[in-house]
Amino acid sequence: MRGNVRFMQGNEAIVEGALYAGLHFYAGYPITPSTEIAEILSERLPMIGGKFVQMEDEIASMCAIIGASLTGFKVMTATSGPGFSLMQEAIGYAIMTEVPSVVVNVQRGGPGTGLPTSVAQGDVMQARWGTHGDHSIIALTASNLQDAFYVTVDAFNLAETFRTPVILLFDEVVAHMREKVVIPQPGDIEVVERLRTSVPEGTNYHPYLMREDGRLPMSDFGGKHRYNVTGLVHDMWGFPSSDPKVAYDLIHHLVDKLEHRADFIARYKEHYTEDAEVLLISYGSSARSALQMVEDRRKRGVKVGLLELQSLWPFPGKTVRKKCVGRSHVLVVEMNMGQICQEVKKVVSEPEQVFLANRFDGVLISPTEILQQLNMIQGKGV
Amino acid sequence: MAVKDYLRERFFPQIWCPGCGHGIVMANMIRAIELNALKKDEVVVVSGIGCSSRMPGYLDFHTLHTLHGRALAFATGVKMSRPELTVIVPMGDGDALAIGGNHLIHAARRNLDLTAIIMNNSIYGMTGGQYSPMTPFAKKATTAPFGTIEHAPDLMELVRGAGATFAARTTTYHAKEMIKIISKAIKHKGFAIVEVMSQCPTYYGRKNKLGNAVDMMKGFKEGTVPIGSKKKANNPDLIERGIFVEEKRPEYSMSYLELIEKYRVETGKVVRR
Amino acid sequence: MNTKRIVFSGSGGQGVITAAIILAEAAVIYEGLNSLQTQSYGPEARGGATRADVIISDEPIHYPKVINPDILVCLTQEAYNKYSGIIRPGGLLLTDSHYVKQEWKIDARHVELGMYRAIMEKIGKPIVLNICMLGTMIGLTGLVSTESIMRVLETKIPDDFLEINKRALEIGMQLADSHNSKHVSSNAQPEA
Repeated sequence: MRGNVRFMQGNEAIVEGALYAGLHFYAGYPITPSTEIAEILSERLPMIGGKFVQMEDEIASMCAIIGASLTGFKVMTATSGPGFSLMQEAIGYAIMTEVPSVVVNVQRGGPGTGLPTSVAQGDVMQARWGTHGDHSIIALTASNLQDAFYVTVDAFNLAETFRTPVILLFDEVVAHMREKVVIPQPGDIEVVERLRTSVPEGTNYHPYLMREDGRLPMSDFGGKHRYNVTGLVHDMWGFPSSDPKVAYDLIHHLVDKLEHRADFIARYKEHYTEDAEVLLISYGSSARSALQMVEDRRKRGVKVGLLELQSLWPFPGKTVRKKCVGRSHVLVVEMNMGQICQEVKKVVSEPEQVFLANRFDGVLISPTEILQQLNMIQGKGV
Repeated sequence: MAVKDYLRERFFPQIWCPGCGHGIVMANMIRAIELNALKKDEVVVVSGIGCSSRMPGYLDFHTLHTLHGRALAFATGVKMSRPELTVIVPMGDGDALAIGGNHLIHAARRNLDLTAIIMNNSIYGMTGGQYSPMTPFAKKATTAPFGTIEHAPDLMELVRGAGATFAARTTTYHAKEMIKIISKAIKHKGFAIVEVMSQCPTYYGRKNKLGNAVDMMKGFKEGTVPIGSKKKANNPDLIERGIFVEEKRPEYSMSYLELIEKYRVETGKVVRR
Repeated sequence: MNTKRIVFSGSGGQGVITAAIILAEAAVIYEGLNSLQTQSYGPEARGGATRADVIISDEPIHYPKVINPDILVCLTQEAYNKYSGIIRPGGLLLTDSHYVKQEWKIDARHVELGMYRAIMEKIGKPIVLNICMLGTMIGLTGLVSTESIMRVLETKIPDDFLEINKRALEIGMQLADSHNSKHVSSNAQPEA
């Protein structure tokens, strides 16, 4: 692939992806292990005429990017566990008001202040259900820095396509390690721009009136159309409504626009799965250990493969169900107490064949530990 | 234009109780905008949650109704992205000083060119009359049945300390003064804050036996004096009205544009926007 | 080449993380290899035993951590005490004679050199010890070429400090060369 070969840290790869996708406004608050994202952007954004604001907390950061996105710019914030908790209220607001935005959560050990400099993947369910009320959300992840770059671009594309916040659920290992990244030339990978309304100036614009294809074209807030935005249940004008029909339609729309497109949003990679008797399912940094274990076993002729998830929400249930058919065992490898394992069990026909290999003590699970767990469930002991 | 030319009349009647002071503030805010000769398209109104925060919906500007206490944070995103817009932030006292207190301090500190109008009715009205940070000591509320034992801050001193470059206080009784003050606040380049003492006859008035709306407005007339009035020396309980802070300091969004320009000049690189 | 796992350890402020990044970047950008670098985070990064890990390979690198390094460098006694036990049998342990006193036998080739002393004698600034160490390490192992390291230094080090860093690298290489020539018949052959 042509492009600029660089050696960089994970947080820097995320920044490069965001800038490639057209990031213009960033607001954030320092928190380990995501801080480098803010540090780098405080230098890079002014260079391209973009804006960087260090806000007073993560609540304000999320609110500020929503305000900036409404005015027509691509926006992002980045944080980690405690900050992600603080952002949940405003993430719900972005869902309700359908404001494209990208939220990076570099996961660290929790709950509470937890293990600030250690790896974890304990925020998977929080990404899905952290904000109150019925809703749907997109969450993407990656296990290596080239993919971290790609999924970051992808996150911006999906945010624009679906007018929704997109969570980038990375982890400390991926964010802090350094490896090779090839930055593609401009135009080499797709960048989705904002869909703007064709309604002319001086004509009524309905911010929440769906087109036939289900999309809602936007008009830059503060620009040629005056309209209202509210986090309350609202009608096509963006005005508060307590009409049950309006509420029903709106909630259905917010959920269906993502859940009905789950196949389109699903992102995953397969490693040695075709003839695999045992299938590992993993994502983020633990997928690196899983892949190492798979390659080590393959050298000894063991038929084991890895399904690496890059989209966690909406959960790619159809894909997972299909890929699990005919395996003797499915082993979910993750850095929590089984948050994705439970989702896998829900969608497969033989949930009793789904097992968990995990660590949640701040240490990356090793290939040896995954093998030991596999040996255990296969009745071979450790 | 008439005040009603700035309203979205099809969304009336508004939700405020009879006698509420917020309608007076809304009308005078419109008059102040007109005094500044601003076009509707040049004005953004951002609010949080509460009685006062319902105001943007009735206004024919660019209007953003956000989260409780967070209006200034959303407004920061809007203003930093579009510095050419005039951004006005109507807030309530609970909204601005309790849940939004941190955002208020930091918006003042940055000196971002926003105009915050705090409608201080000393109570949480939307939720039914609980005491707020601005409820005076010993006054009653549904969560202070024996009178509150908390103390209200002097908002002018608070925002002066935080770095606001314009701070003023007025009341719903002093309508002409209010127009003048809000108009100046909008004109001011930097963070401007206007405290408008507003009446809530439904909850605060009733709980504290202050009479109806007219009685409460008379209370504003009798209980306040212009800054520097001799009456204050004899009666320290009187509350001062007028402009407490008016000074010049680099404005945040302009400082940021200068930073971008400085980079461009130093490196000779072309800035995208 | 086989996969090589390297751990640089020392105390916060000695620049072991910088050295690791330079090594890994040289391997990726100028030698066309794969490399992955990680480090210890938190308070220990500014004092206490700091470590930075590098994996270099001509194959993709998946598991990012180093459990048993092929090459271990210890620049403090504390780092030596903490990490010398994890070295892979038959690996290379490089220590600095000023900072580290050998406490026990290990199942690896132990090379003790006066890197700190040489730097202080010839440059007088301890800040470039990390680059001298890097020079010694690649001199002993041939892991990447000196030219690749030089090219990374040129992109990473501010102009005012570039010259002393280049000298430090050369001093390190010379220490390794004289060590190699003394041990030419032993098992001290530089690894290809």
